[in-house]
Amino acid sequence: MTSPIVPTPSTAPLLQVEDVRVWFPIRRGVLARTVGHVRAVDGVSLHVNPGETLALVGESGCGKTTLARAILRLESARAGRIRFEGRDLATLAPADLRPLRRHLQVIFQDPYASLNPRMTVQDIVTEGLVRHGLIHGRERESEALRLLSDVGLGRDALHRYPHEFSGGQRQRISVARAVSLHPKLIICDEPVSALDVSVQAQVLNLLMDLRDKYALSYLFISHDLGVVRQIADRTAVMYLGRLVETGRTDDILENPRHPYTRALISAIPRAGQPRRERIVLKGDVPSPARPPSGCRFHPRCPYATAACRDTEPPLVPHPSCPDRPVACIRLGDI
Amino acid sequence: MSSLLDIRDLSVSFRTDEGLVRAVDHVSLSIPRGAVFGLVGESGCGKTVTAMSILRLIPSPPGQVDSGSILFKGQDLLRLPIAELRRLRGRAISVIFQEPMTALSPLHRIGDQLAETLHVHESISAAAARDTARDWLGKVGIPDPIDCLQAYPFQLSGGMRQRVMIAMALMLQPELIIADEPTTALDVTIQAQILDLLREMKRQDTSVLLITHDMGVIWEMCDHMAVMYASEVVESGTVQDLFRAPQHPYTAALLASVPALGRPRERLTPIPGQVPSPLQYPAGCRFRLRCRHAFDRCTAHPPLYPSTAGASRCFLREAVAPSTPPREGPLPRGQHQSP
Repeated sequence: MTSPIVPTPSTAPLLQVEDVRVWFPIRRGVLARTVGHVRAVDGVSLHVNPGETLALVGESGCGKTTLARAILRLESARAGRIRFEGRDLATLAPADLRPLRRHLQVIFQDPYASLNPRMTVQDIVTEGLVRHGLIHGRERESEALRLLSDVGLGRDALHRYPHEFSGGQRQRISVARAVSLHPKLIICDEPVSALDVSVQAQVLNLLMDLRDKYALSYLFISHDLGVVRQIADRTAVMYLGRLVETGRTDDILENPRHPYTRALISAIPRAGQPRRERIVLKGDVPSPARPPSGCRFHPRCPYATAACRDTEPPLVPHPSCPDRPVACIRLGDI
Repeated sequence: MSSLLDIRDLSVSFRTDEGLVRAVDHVSLSIPRGAVFGLVGESGCGKTVTAMSILRLIPSPPGQVDSGSILFKGQDLLRLPIAELRRLRGRAISVIFQEPMTALSPLHRIGDQLAETLHVHESISAAAARDTARDWLGKVGIPDPIDCLQAYPFQLSGGMRQRVMIAMALMLQPELIIADEPTTALDVTIQAQILDLLREMKRQDTSVLLITHDMGVIWEMCDHMAVMYASEVVESGTVQDLFRAPQHPYTAALLASVPALGRPRERLTPIPGQVPSPLQYPAGCRFRLRCRHAFDRCTAHPPLYPSTAGASRCFLREAVAPSTPPREGPLPRGQHQSP
């Protein structure tokens, strides 16, 4: 299957995700028979170009984090292909995967759970360098100092433990750890949503500065479209395990096409602007164990017709917006 | 405009292993009838403690009220006998807590929990209580109210549980609802549904104290607001004024640091440093170490200076409001400066 997003001709994508499915079995009874599957990610294709930031947005439970974990091979995909620099991560032998991992790093959401409480900051930020044999033990301190200065922390942080830092400072340590190996791609899973609002901007600016300094690419997972607008070149909107729309971030935010994206964007309270007519969706996101037939959004969609119940809409460009794949069969009518 | 609730000069502290912590420091607010009043601040600034003090829900020990009064229709809630306060709880004043999973009993069916609230305050038959509960579940947008009565909280999604909390808070048609981050744990499309409900309550002349850290929510929901920082109110006034012309540097910095849709995209201006620990508030202005306007006066503790329709705790405002002598401590009547 080919990616529905037309790749930029001159550059091969750094990361290419093709029709990936991650299902979790639901087991019942003493024999733990599999009675069904939670289809957390159910046929997602996307790519990230070198130097680009792609945001993956959606509400809780839509599968964004599962997809990220599948890319990192923390979950195994049931189907589909995940290629990093053209190499299929799923079929690589562990020995071949290890050198690639250097270039694929992650920043988790919760800075309280993602740092080892028994390690000093110096050991945390240089662990990867030592593991990959890039520095010797003697160089740890100087290397840690350089990394900490990249993220705005000083020498006094070196020999302290994570619990001595605030949430924002811990997230800086996570960032230092992620950039230590000079990766090509960093997966940022809600990196600022656990932080105080006054500190969020510090970490966002830091991520943008480091992106420029080290020519990083980000796959940036967030539910906060304000944050996404700040950092992302392109955005992919996810609903119940599938993408509903992708495109340039500004296009998606200013001119959302899919009914779900429209509702999502109109639901965000905007400070300082006249109150707008808001599309209020009925009901909750259905369970990914029993996704609705046809278009997964149809039970909540104000434009749904009988055809939407039967047809699973492909994510394809529409004549009215060629560079914006949208998974909606009613696009021409709404 | 008469106020329904007047918090005057409230101070609350907690005993901790590291010493006495002043979580709320001489806070005054006044909430008009039929208004949605927003209380904004970052985690740990004291907004929840302020709100929970209203119904005396602060556990003591370790908490203690050091000073102040909370007048609800002229009656001081802090000095009311506990039996009388219980009659007000849930009936005249109700609370929507932030985390509906911990606020609902996990062992009781939703219908029984709602009926209990009714039985405590009214002599009502079991069948009538059940009907009332069902009606309210329908009103807050639960698709299948009869099924929901039979459900346990764990069987419901977060948005559903929050709606059950709201039904419980509305059922006795209180005059004041304290909503503590009612949508923070929810997704934006569910948040939109809940905010619509709160707006509906306001139309029925219920007052709402809405606690949040989300400036967008404040803007869409509230008429008046107060900003708390490090246990104190640093600014108060109408939402329009505070957004258009924030008087306190913290309010301005908070507005500038939030990445939001609908404002020009430029590099964010973060607030440097961290929120100070209540054990180590700087002397003088508590924001001064993070403030780009700090000057020598700021080592003294600034009073609240009155502004057009509110007040600001900043020495920069001393110069602009020289005609009115600054009052030491909080304003006696909250933020409404009647001309």
